[in-house]
Formats: sequence, structure tokens, C-alpha cells
Amino acid sequence: MAELSLPRNSKVKPGKTWPAPSGAGRIKKFKIYRWTPDDGENPRLDTYEVDLDACGPMVLDAIIKIKNETDSTLTFRRSCREGVCGSCAFNINGTNTLACTTHISELDGDIRIYPLPHLPVIRDLVPDISIPAAQYRTIEPWIKTDSPPPERERLQSPEEREQLDGLWECILCFCCQTSCPSYWWNGERYLGPAILLQAYRWLADSRDEATGARLDALEDPFRLYRCHTIMNCTRTCPKDLNPAKAIAEIKKMMVARR
Amino acid sequence: MADKGGLRTPLARARGLGPAKDGVAHWWAQRVTAVALVPLVIWFVASIVLLSNCSYERFTAWIGSPLPAVLTILLIVATFRHAQLGLQVVIEDYVHREGTKLAGIVLVKLGAFALGTAAVFSVLKISFGG
Repeated sequence: MAELSLPRNSKVKPGKTWPAPSGAGRIKKFKIYRWTPDDGENPRLDTYEVDLDACGPMVLDAIIKIKNETDSTLTFRRSCREGVCGSCAFNINGTNTLACTTHISELDGDIRIYPLPHLPVIRDLVPDISIPAAQYRTIEPWIKTDSPPPERERLQSPEEREQLDGLWECILCFCCQTSCPSYWWNGERYLGPAILLQAYRWLADSRDEATGARLDALEDPFRLYRCHTIMNCTRTCPKDLNPAKAIAEIKKMMVARR
Repeated sequence: MADKGGLRTPLARARGLGPAKDGVAHWWAQRVTAVALVPLVIWFVASIVLLSNCSYERFTAWIGSPLPAVLTILLIVATFRHAQLGLQVVIEDYVHREGTKLAGIVLVKLGAFALGTAAVFSVLKISFGG
């Protein structure tokens, strides 16, 4: 059945408080989920006091500052620090988003940072994304053609290229994927909003010649039709994309080819 | 999710048994019955309100006459088909033990068919002299 409460060994307990150095100016409290597989303990919520006068403007700046100056055991993924790589996706104050593009000043009160929901946690803020990554592999996200390769680029009219706008920008951060209740309940069988948006990116590509085979691989009560237009995906996307619309377009293509 | 897969690779788990090549008919039928239900429900509720003070004889005479009888039967068919499709989705969403899920879906299908048949029979019985 759907899991409505956390298993006993996943209940989050209060953790340590790491005070700001004396003489700190503007203090902001960051409450961060901590868990390690090594000690058999429950997850805990550590509180880190950060001096905003000595910190960059983004949530990621604060997390990096904590790791560099306060607690080097804090574990998280990050790379580009400018919203392109999709690594620093966390649940920040209840919303899945990128730490590197979220201003600390946008957030009132203490800032709570958890890993993306409903994925197994490897450590602290690092979730195991091997299932969504494998699901991405199943949609074969590359161009497929049978015609002989042209002498030069594969041509596309400006209108055809426009069809890919709002799709190619997806960075696979899985904020939408892990915000979707349908994905929480059936994560191994439902492809989820991120993977379906990527699937539509290839369905919408005028240069691709495998549209029918791609639709065949999606036509399934679980892979595609677990989407119940809950819309969490579109609401949470840190790149302002619309996975729900992409899924609706796939459903329309399914009806159109009947 | 991680603990349910045993030692299979993530790709093997993601591919699973492959696509069912099915699902669009279910989704489309749910949409079509929903559209059909909009005018049918408005008509039925309005009629019941208008007839709320009339006698039993007057009401059975009304529902047994050709147009109301046909529309009521259409309402019954669309309602039970739509309910069966929707309940199946709810069971698939939330019930994850295969045996229980299959039993639930079969029960919903048979139940909707039985109740729908009984309801249609009732209208026909009134209509053809009950």
C-alpha cells in the first residue's frame, strides 16, 4: 500500500547545533538532514548557524560554507553552481529546487534542507538516483534515423526547432520526478515527469524517425498513464519548464495514432 | 525502492516486463464517458428536482416513457463504466501486492457490471410494464 508514515528507522530526530562564531552579524539557521549508513542511527536534523555577512547569496553558498568552515562531514552533490548541471537539487523548505539558484533572502525563517523525497538516501543530502537514471536510459534519449545520413547537418525549419523549446532546457535534476505522488507510489513502473518530458523531447524532434517505436515503448498503464495531472512537477521545476504539458502532448499523440 | 530489487541491475528493474502496449483505450474511455456524463447528469438531476413532488405512479410513468428510459439507461452505462475505470486506477495506484491488486480490479469490474445490469433491468422492467 501507499506509505503514509515513515518507517521507524527513518524518523528524523533532533540533532546537534553548530553555533555561529562569536561576533557574527546576521545569523540564519540552516536545519539540514543528516544520515549515514555507518552507525545504525536514525536520521537527524542538525542546525547550523551561518553568518550571512560572511556568506554568498545563494543557499548553495551557505551549504558550501558550512562544509568548508563548520562541518566537513556534511555530504551533498554540487558542481556548476549556476543551475545547469542539476546536481544540487534538494528539498528546501518543503519545495524541491536547486540550492544554487535559490536566494537565501527569498526564504523566511529557518531554512530546512532535506534530500529529494522518496528516493533511498545514500548519505545526508545524497539520494540514490540509479532507478530514474536507468529509466532515462529506457527511453533511448538519442536521435534515431533509418534514412542514409545526409552530407551535412540534418535540417530543421525554425518552426520545427521551436517545438523543442521548453524541452531541451531540462537538466535532469529530478526535482519534478521526486515531487510527484504518483512517482512516489509507483516509482519503478511509472517513468515520472522528468523522463516523460525527455521522452517527448525526442517525440517532438522533427529529425527523429522512430516516433512510432517510441510511442510503443511508452504505451503502458504504468509507464505513461500513472500521470493524473497532479501538477506538482510543473509547480516545482526550477527551470520553469512544464513536464505536465509534455505528458499531455504524449497522451494526445497516443490518441491521434489510434 | 532500492531494497525491493534484490541484485538485479537498475536497468533490468526499470525495463521490467516491458510496455503492456495498452492503456490508451482505458484512458480514452474514461475521457469519453466523462464527457457523456456531463449532459446526462445535468438532465437527470434537473428532472429529479422537477419531479420531486410527484406521485409514484407519475414518476414510474415518466421514467418508463421512451426518451427518459433511454437517457437513464445511457446514464447508468456511462456511470458504471466510468466508475469502474476510475476505481481500477485508484487500486493500481495504491495497492502494491499483486494478488490483492488483481482481486480488487476483478471485483470492481464484476461489481460494476452486476450493478449496472441490475439498474438497466430495473428501467426496462418499469418501461415494459412492471
